[in-house]
Amino acid sequence: MARMATTRRVVVSTIGAWFFGFLIFFPILWMVLTSFKTELEAFAIPPSFLFFHWTTENYATVQERSDYLLHAMNSIIIAGGSTLIALLIAIPAAWSMAFSPTKRTKDVLLWMLSTKMMPPVGVLVPIYLIYKTFGLLDSRIGLVFILCLGNLPIVIWMLFTYFKEIPRDILEAARMDGATIGRELVYVLTPMAIPGLASTLLLNLILAWNEAFWTLNLSTSNAAPLTTFIASYSSPEGLFWAKLSAASTLAIAPILVLGWFSQKQLVRGLTFGAVK
Amino acid sequence: MKHVLGAVCGASALLLAVPAMAETTLTIATVNNGDMIRMQGLTSEFTKKNPDITVKWVTLEENVLRQRVTTDIATKGGQFDVLTIGTYEVPIWAKKGWLVPLANLGADYDVADLLPRIKDAVSADGKLYAAPFYGESSMVMYRTDLFEKAGMKMPEKPTWDFVIDAAKKLTDKGAGTYGICLRGKAGWGENMAFLSAMANSYGARWFDEKWEPQFNTPEWKTTLTTYVNLMKEAGPPGASSNGFNENLALFNAGKCAMWIDATVAASFVTNPKDSKVADKVGFALAPNTGLGKNANWLWAWNLAIPAGSKKAEAAEKFIAWATSKDYTKLVASKDGWANVPPGTRTSLYQNPDYLKVAPFAKLTLASIDAADPNKPTVKPVPYVGVQYAAIPEFQGIGTQVGQQFSAALAGSMTVDAALTAAQSATEREMKRAGYIK
Repeated sequence: MARMATTRRVVVSTIGAWFFGFLIFFPILWMVLTSFKTELEAFAIPPSFLFFHWTTENYATVQERSDYLLHAMNSIIIAGGSTLIALLIAIPAAWSMAFSPTKRTKDVLLWMLSTKMMPPVGVLVPIYLIYKTFGLLDSRIGLVFILCLGNLPIVIWMLFTYFKEIPRDILEAARMDGATIGRELVYVLTPMAIPGLASTLLLNLILAWNEAFWTLNLSTSNAAPLTTFIASYSSPEGLFWAKLSAASTLAIAPILVLGWFSQKQLVRGLTFGAVK
Repeated sequence: MKHVLGAVCGASALLLAVPAMAETTLTIATVNNGDMIRMQGLTSEFTKKNPDITVKWVTLEENVLRQRVTTDIATKGGQFDVLTIGTYEVPIWAKKGWLVPLANLGADYDVADLLPRIKDAVSADGKLYAAPFYGESSMVMYRTDLFEKAGMKMPEKPTWDFVIDAAKKLTDKGAGTYGICLRGKAGWGENMAFLSAMANSYGARWFDEKWEPQFNTPEWKTTLTTYVNLMKEAGPPGASSNGFNENLALFNAGKCAMWIDATVAASFVTNPKDSKVADKVGFALAPNTGLGKNANWLWAWNLAIPAGSKKAEAAEKFIAWATSKDYTKLVASKDGWANVPPGTRTSLYQNPDYLKVAPFAKLTLASIDAADPNKPTVKPVPYVGVQYAAIPEFQGIGTQVGQQFSAALAGSMTVDAALTAAQSATEREMKRAGYIK
């Protein structure tokens, strides 16, 4: 009897999980389906789910009109570069705050987070002027820099939380064995924090990939990443939903695939330390 | 040593020679619409004639583009050489000295051929600050088959009474057909474009001669009450989130008996590739109430040169090409006369080839002629612009007011409350900006 109840519960929760999973995934599925429709079918009322005339025409048009590879390459460089630099700065910062806290550590953490409290548009004009003066407008390095700065507080906070979970005794044992700070960081702390590091890296990569305020405002053509590629297909006057869907599908494909393959790490990292 | 010296000399000579041979690269910012995309596709025709110029395109969604370009021009960032801007921006930016006047468009450009209303909208102090690429007004698009079935005939200049009556009669909610589709989505360029134009026809205005907001007047109350009641009775469900695209989709799917919107929609709704009702669409002027103003707006997308550009000469060459009569002919030869950018030149409306394929041409021209940006309302106003007031504060105010009116349409607010809120929000902004005390 008890076993039956358990089986039933498993079945119900599995169905429930699939249902909610499908519900959350549906907008993305709909976008992918729309990208294979003609413009007329894209806004047909009632909409057709699977039985429509499948076409790859939108992808061909998008390919013809814009340089997808250039935009994708820019996205990879900007998101990847900003994430790596942010991690290089954040690891020592989080390490020092987690293992040798001072009485100001909490204030410092809060101060870092406070930089995220102002909407970015509030500093658009000063940043724009600085970038203009230093010739950083429409440059990849400029975008790497601003995205790195923008995400740094989140990266430090996440790493700080992970590092806090690592027992100090292990570090002390390493010190007893004569490890220097550098060795301690590289050989003891980093391997233990790998799930946390991996999920921070992935999350930051996704945030940087999707960042659409600075990338739209500080780039024109040379450094324009996939966000501007999508923005060029959106229009308030004219129905280009199928083409927009095709462009969006192309834009999210790389990061979706990356997320798919690394979901194990991501989930492990995000729930790291949840169970004591 | 000799070799090294030679190499250095050679390299320097090459370096020095580069600027002389250098190409001018123009960066052009533009919106994503059919006509602009077509222009991108035809750029090679321009570069063939001007081998020393290369062109880079930055295409963005309208609101993103507006923000992007405004930041760049206000900071003199110099990222763009040609901008696509609306008639709203031209007078404001010209006054601030942000645009280069277009004085060298060439002998065969024929400025006098530009439609007078459109030319007025892109000029300041008698100088042309932008060249119109395509122009539009708004008009009634209606289903001839539904009107015939109901035994009604749409007059060429309908009154609001007729439109309201017809909308109610043609509504068949059971069959999913609605008498009228109008914009309801909040935004200065969305519902407020339509409502400001509608208000003009009811004798209302945004501001009086002393810049006092006028939402507490009976004219605005009549406008908003009529609009909300009409949409409740004869509009599609969820109209408060419908903009141009949503209504276009509804009309093309055969759900609307009438739709009052941009004249540029005429070529979409009559195109059998996009529309299910392509052969059943008729056109009429936007409605009036007999006070002398129709409920239609005036808008044009224009090409202009920002004051920060170092390549003004090449930029002007491009603008002259893209807005010339020859460009129109080029589009016609490649994609047919139905696809040429409309609403900018008188000669287009005298061209028999165009008139043959564009049944909406006559009404587009009549609509544009009926909208005077310098005298948009029944009573006098201190501002320029039909469906907007060309002052920098208008975008913010217009969107705030639009949100109130959209809420009134959704039923979450009464008409009176929406008007009171609109009045106080506008008063506050106008005081802050120093127009009134």
